[in-house]
Amino acid sequence: MTDADAPLLQVKHLFVKFFTRRGTVHAVRDVSFDIARGETLGLVGESGSGKSVTAQALMGLIDLPGRITGGDVRWHGQSLLEGDGSLLRRVRGQEIAMVFQDPMTSLNPLFTVGTQIGEVLRRHRKMTRAAARTRVIELLDLVGLSNPGQRVDQYPHELSGGMRQRVLIAMALACEPQLLIADEPTTALDVTIQAQILELIADLQQRLGLAVLMITHDLGVVAGLCDRVAVMYSGKIVELATADDLFHRPAHPYSAGLLRSTPRLDVVIPRLVSIEGSPPDLVSPPVGCAFAERCHLATEECRESMPGLHFQDDGRKVACWRPFEAEGPAPVTAGEGGR
Amino acid sequence: MGRYLLKRLPQGMVVIFGVTVFVFIVTRVVGDPVKFMLPLSATAEQRAAQRHVMGLDRPILAQFWSFLGDVIHLDFGTSTYVRGKAALSVVFDYLPRTLQLVAAGMVLAVVLSIPLGLLASRKPGGALDRALTSLSLVGLSMPQFFLGSVLVIAFTVKLQWFQTGVGPLHRHLVLPAVCLALPAVGRLAMLVRSSMIDELNSQYVKVLKAKGMPARRILAVHALRNAGIPYVTLLGWEIIRALAGFTVVVESVFAWPGIGFMAKQAIAQQDFYLIQAIVFVVAVMVVVLNILIDVSYKLLDPRVTLR
Amino acid sequence: MSYQHPDQYSAGRAEAEHAEETEEARSGRPFEIEAATHGGPFRELVRDKLGMTALVVLVVLVLAAILAPWLAPSDPNKIGPRIRMRPPVWHGGTWSHPLGTDWQGYDVLSRLLYGARTSLFIGTVVVLVAGTAGVLYGLYAGYRGGRADRWLMGWVDVQVSFPGLLLAMLLIALVGGSVLSVTAILAVNGWMVFARLTRGVVLAAKERPYVEAAEIVGCTPRRVVFTHILPNLITPLATLSVLEFARIILAEAALSYLGLGIQYPGVSWGLDVARAQDHELFGNQWLILYPGILLSITVLSANLLSSWMRVALDPQEREKRFAGRAIRGGAAAEPGT
Repeated sequence: MTDADAPLLQVKHLFVKFFTRRGTVHAVRDVSFDIARGETLGLVGESGSGKSVTAQALMGLIDLPGRITGGDVRWHGQSLLEGDGSLLRRVRGQEIAMVFQDPMTSLNPLFTVGTQIGEVLRRHRKMTRAAARTRVIELLDLVGLSNPGQRVDQYPHELSGGMRQRVLIAMALACEPQLLIADEPTTALDVTIQAQILELIADLQQRLGLAVLMITHDLGVVAGLCDRVAVMYSGKIVELATADDLFHRPAHPYSAGLLRSTPRLDVVIPRLVSIEGSPPDLVSPPVGCAFAERCHLATEECRESMPGLHFQDDGRKVACWRPFEAEGPAPVTAGEGGR
Repeated sequence: MGRYLLKRLPQGMVVIFGVTVFVFIVTRVVGDPVKFMLPLSATAEQRAAQRHVMGLDRPILAQFWSFLGDVIHLDFGTSTYVRGKAALSVVFDYLPRTLQLVAAGMVLAVVLSIPLGLLASRKPGGALDRALTSLSLVGLSMPQFFLGSVLVIAFTVKLQWFQTGVGPLHRHLVLPAVCLALPAVGRLAMLVRSSMIDELNSQYVKVLKAKGMPARRILAVHALRNAGIPYVTLLGWEIIRALAGFTVVVESVFAWPGIGFMAKQAIAQQDFYLIQAIVFVVAVMVVVLNILIDVSYKLLDPRVTLR
Repeated sequence: MSYQHPDQYSAGRAEAEHAEETEEARSGRPFEIEAATHGGPFRELVRDKLGMTALVVLVVLVLAAILAPWLAPSDPNKIGPRIRMRPPVWHGGTWSHPLGTDWQGYDVLSRLLYGARTSLFIGTVVVLVAGTAGVLYGLYAGYRGGRADRWLMGWVDVQVSFPGLLLAMLLIALVGGSVLSVTAILAVNGWMVFARLTRGVVLAAKERPYVEAAEIVGCTPRRVVFTHILPNLITPLATLSVLEFARIILAEAALSYLGLGIQYPGVSWGLDVARAQDHELFGNQWLILYPGILLSITVLSANLLSSWMRVALDPQEREKRFAGRAIRGGAAAEPGT
């Protein structure tokens, strides 16, 4: 039973904790967002902000030290977390696919890339070995690998990092999924290759009409690719807005700080400013706003109680007691005039 | 492959040559081959005469050259312990027994260690894992001669289920094979456990899960094959160690007449010709096994190029 | 009698490196594992009951071995024809022979104590000698690299292929079995593992940026080796030394059991198992079991200790272990928010 009106993917009040010797790490704290059909959502944040954990939680990939402790993930309105996991098993690799950060270790070194892409088809599409092979060659061609007929029989170690990432994308696309989760797909690659891979994802998205959840710490990637952006900080979404709004009028001081620390081509920024301080320890997250310690606008209220993620007048969502008004001061001055 | 053998064979020859020369020097320079050949009552003259007959009174270098010539013709002289027989043919008489024992022991080790290791790796830190790990540790910590003695007392003397020495295999081979296998089972099972845990925590397994592969396929096809690489190394070494040492102990405990048992006798009787032949044959087997291990690597792991 | 194939260590090292690679690649992903030490490794040992027991057992054995001359009721080689086959105290024996005597009138407890002395002494000395030699050899080969490395490690490959135990038996048969000869022969036969391990660590360390940096700023080679490379060696070397200690004790016992190791008037557990076995007709299996069980316990303790060390000295392993405990324990039951 799928709910036709429901968004493709709904994440509701997701909590993920890691149990470590130092204490329980509250890696994801009450994260909610939706993804519509064909939409591209960017999930942005620095390392440790919980964005990768969120992505892995969607796929049921949180392993031993970690655990999903609350909330729900709904696919076409049906819960992926409840029940015996059969829905998750069916959906994974078929309707939702994932591309990981590190192409070097993401492939089993002992099998040819053909076998590894083919096994997805053989499992989900019940193809024969020969049919799978033909389709694999098509897929390798689709992701722009030269000489696919030869590549299909090569082992991962015979391919470069960029080629392996293309193989992993081909693998993810094998069953024509409706959602592709790309977890920092370009971080481990050379700059020139990065651009190629991003172009490839954008191009495939247009041609195949799939939705993409793009996880990255690089706002440049988001700018070119995403319809909407969710900014994560310390395990929480602090701002959820259209890419356009976020880039031109960030409402959350953290988003603004993030923008000011990113080089841009379209706007002249006097100089790049880094955000002072470091994120809080998620073993004992602060009671109030996690960003308060680093925020020049913070007041007692910010430190004492946690702001919820609320709609602003212009339709974006911000978790801040003192957000920049939609028509408010320009982001460039924000924060610098600390009180 | 050809280039690999071209490099590996000379290295193997060096090992075999080195071992043989070592034994030659040790026996001629440190030991006295004539000591046990003649009765204790033999006079000094008789001993000297025997030395002369055997050419042991010649300069050591001259002896060495003729020794080398003999080795090239695979002539290791005549055994004094098994009187009148060529040393090498004595070795070949007893070698099948040893191979039988090692084969049985190692098959047993493989058959036991893989399921045990897999079971233990299913829930690392769980009760079953801790029990199996402790058992493995106990197994590999028991000295084989002691384990053997306990087995003999329990099953041969008390229960009389099995017998020592030679005879029908089901009554005679079981105990020595178990004794040879048990420490190996411990080591191999612990290796299977730890490498399976590592593999199942690896990134490619996460990708496989994300691809929707069933757990059984991830375990049995992907992780197991990766874990197989260190396993083959260790198994190869278990076989080599068994051939080149452990069998001496196990065969002595169970009076199993293989080359290990003969080696002990030959050393006790100072039958240097027989010792040389045994050491030579063992060295050849070790070299061949080492090459086989490398080749099996190549078969298991496409990243390996034999150079 | 190799406890563990030397290549195991290099394989293990390669694995460790691999793990590190992926860990680095993953860092900043789920969350950064903090190598925080909570009260240091020793507290971890107290928590690991098996490891702690093993350490206590080893300490007791070492003390017993050192104090054997004062603890032993009599000389282990004193034969008393009229006190043969005395029962132990709890079977009506006397306190002058707490564990009784054997068929030759030797005091069983005294022989066990002196046997511990032999085993532990040989184990310790062989590990020290072979370890030092192997580490220096491996350091030199690894640090020099190039042709020197190829030749030196080539020799290690050759010597590893020697049928060590057979040759050891032969040599001992010729020169006579004594603590000195057994120690020397086992040391000559046991240094290669240390060389391989050390060389592997050195090669890996040389690739590290901080070692390169030290070289660029002009640290002398010796300083680079001692202050930048050696610290990487401590953990694997400590673990390997304890493993080798166990292996050497087994090897000595096996040689002595075969009559090609420690011989009269020396005392060894292996020798005593063989002696008791020859006289098993007397029907007292305890004479086999005492030394055999002590030997097993010693080796088991060393193995347990080394496996504890591997975990306790490796922050990543400790983290994994903790997580396992936490999930099994109450943490999983924490209410979903």
